[in-house]
Amino acid sequence: MDKFHSLKGIAAPLPIVNIDTDMIIPKQFLKTIKRTGLGVSLFYEMRYDNDGNLIKDFVLNTSPFDQSKILVAGDNFGCGSSREHAPWSLKDFGIRCVISTSFADIFYNNCFQNGILPIVVSPENLDQLMTAAKNQIEFNIDLPEQIIRAGNHSINFEIEEFRKERLLQGLDDIGITLGYQDKINAYEEDKKNKKPWLFKDN
Amino acid sequence: MSNQGPKTLFDKIWSEHLVGQRKDGTNLLYIDRHLVHEVTSPQAFEGLKLSNRPVHRPEATIAVADHNVPTINRQNIEDPQSKIQVETLAKNTKEHGIQYFDLMDQRQGIVHIIGPEQGITQPGMTIVCGDSHTSTHGAFGALAFGIGTSEVEHVLATQTIVQNPAKNMRISVNGELPFGVNSKDLILYIIGKIGTAGGTGHVIEYAGSSIMGLSMEGRMTICNMSIEAGARAGLISPDQTTFNYIKGRPYAPGTEHWDQAVEYWSSLPSDNDANYDHEIVIDSSEIDPMVTWGTSPEDVVSVKGTVPNPSSAKTENKKKSIERSLEYMGLKPGTKITDIKLDKIFIGSCTNGRIEDLRKVASIVKDKKIASHVQAMIVPGSGLVKKQAEEEGIDIILKDAGFEWREAGCSMCLGMNPDQLKPGERCASTSNRNFEGRQGRGGRTHLMSPELAAASAITGNISDIRDFT
Repeated sequence: MDKFHSLKGIAAPLPIVNIDTDMIIPKQFLKTIKRTGLGVSLFYEMRYDNDGNLIKDFVLNTSPFDQSKILVAGDNFGCGSSREHAPWSLKDFGIRCVISTSFADIFYNNCFQNGILPIVVSPENLDQLMTAAKNQIEFNIDLPEQIIRAGNHSINFEIEEFRKERLLQGLDDIGITLGYQDKINAYEEDKKNKKPWLFKDN
Repeated sequence: MSNQGPKTLFDKIWSEHLVGQRKDGTNLLYIDRHLVHEVTSPQAFEGLKLSNRPVHRPEATIAVADHNVPTINRQNIEDPQSKIQVETLAKNTKEHGIQYFDLMDQRQGIVHIIGPEQGITQPGMTIVCGDSHTSTHGAFGALAFGIGTSEVEHVLATQTIVQNPAKNMRISVNGELPFGVNSKDLILYIIGKIGTAGGTGHVIEYAGSSIMGLSMEGRMTICNMSIEAGARAGLISPDQTTFNYIKGRPYAPGTEHWDQAVEYWSSLPSDNDANYDHEIVIDSSEIDPMVTWGTSPEDVVSVKGTVPNPSSAKTENKKKSIERSLEYMGLKPGTKITDIKLDKIFIGSCTNGRIEDLRKVASIVKDKKIASHVQAMIVPGSGLVKKQAEEEGIDIILKDAGFEWREAGCSMCLGMNPDQLKPGERCASTSNRNFEGRQGRGGRTHLMSPELAAASAITGNISDIRDFT
């Protein structure tokens, strides 16, 4: 997995609440069997008109926001389906950090699987950052220090330690868990005796 | 979470499935059953291949194609991409020795319909699937939640998931349900009350006499939409209704283990004095048949109500959000809900595609005709639901009324297959999401119960089942 340490750049403001995963990547793009190539379809219905032409005033279609690596968005970002195509499309577009007041659980988790840092801030801080984003002020996201710097603002954020370490080191989660294979096997042996009906295998 | 003291249903399942703690402090949770479908699994299987990793316990996984599949002309999937996805699932499951119900198998259907139908879903289990509506299986007192594709790969490789415990929320609904009010109205009402982020970070346990009085089908509808309230999982205590439903199903415990299983299942309900992080109590007499007016499942209103006015919003953000929804939905504030004219009716999905739902619809539309300006489609949740309905003559009643009778799949709930709304079309839908573009670009979705959708099909407007004779 790609590492994440720190990130510098302007941030795209998207002041809409409840941005769901259908908005982030509509269903017709879920038919792929690959993880890559979805960036062009990110926010498809907001980005393109019925004829497939770019909608000029959508933020990610305007310069310099079309180069954003950071997104500042309204509350409850990523609600809806579990599709990992949502973080895949964000990442493929170039977004590596999303800032909001809250995230849906599955989306939040999916971000970390793909080297994307979702940051939760207070409503007041979101307002400040949204304004800073609109004014094209450079953001500096510092994961080791857990600070967002943007203009005069310096905002601390929380992140669980294991998630932080995984991002900083780009760790392979499955590889780590396979190190506990003996424990998994022992668990299964124990349950085979205690709950045999669960092992009346399909 | 301590091992001492009273425990919730969630706490009990959690501690039973803890394999251990990793050095990074995270918990490894054992997964009893893994359901796999064609859309969120190809990249997971590809990942295994690239790392040369086997599937840890292929027998614990069941696969089916549901999202992409056509509901007419099953022999040939016309969309080449959909076809590749379905074929990829067949190939991957064969390669790894995973049970797969193919399109011609009568057991094929929506993954969350067939799990319970086959008796795969059982109390006290942990169940995951790369689909957010996995919460459905919580109706059996199983801890069931949706996961992303990277986690699908993790479960295939290790039969575990890296997880930290959720918070406990209990929503109790008490009292006899008023006439015309059913499980779908209940869950829509709850989502309206707590909001789409209300359950974030929580597992919601549904309790109270209104919930425990529901059939398994009704309980599944409730737990199914937990995710629309922000909770990854919903739970209902297993009881005799649950055991009766499971007994004798193909994958249910056989007679040799049945008593032992029931004894264990009976120990699962939350202890009386268990502690919850949040508690909500609802009196069912305050609930009407509910309908969504906007583009989020929290945008609910009584069918007797009107479309809200943005100026009544408490915050500027909420005002903007209502304005955006109304513009998308093509609705004016103050419009009576029952004045809203429909173009399409969709009955089906993992929320309301079970035999009980179809029976209700049939009882309402029997000897009637759908309005001439609407197109109505009914998509059974599984091949076996379809077969059962046909044995009961339900298909004849529905076809006589003017409904299209389709093959099983997710269909217009998400419109990945050809069943979609056209821009501006308005649909009464028994599914679970009314997001912008969900049922087709520019399509307008009103979520409601099968009863309301059936009544609405006949009148051609959103209709209150209580006025319908």
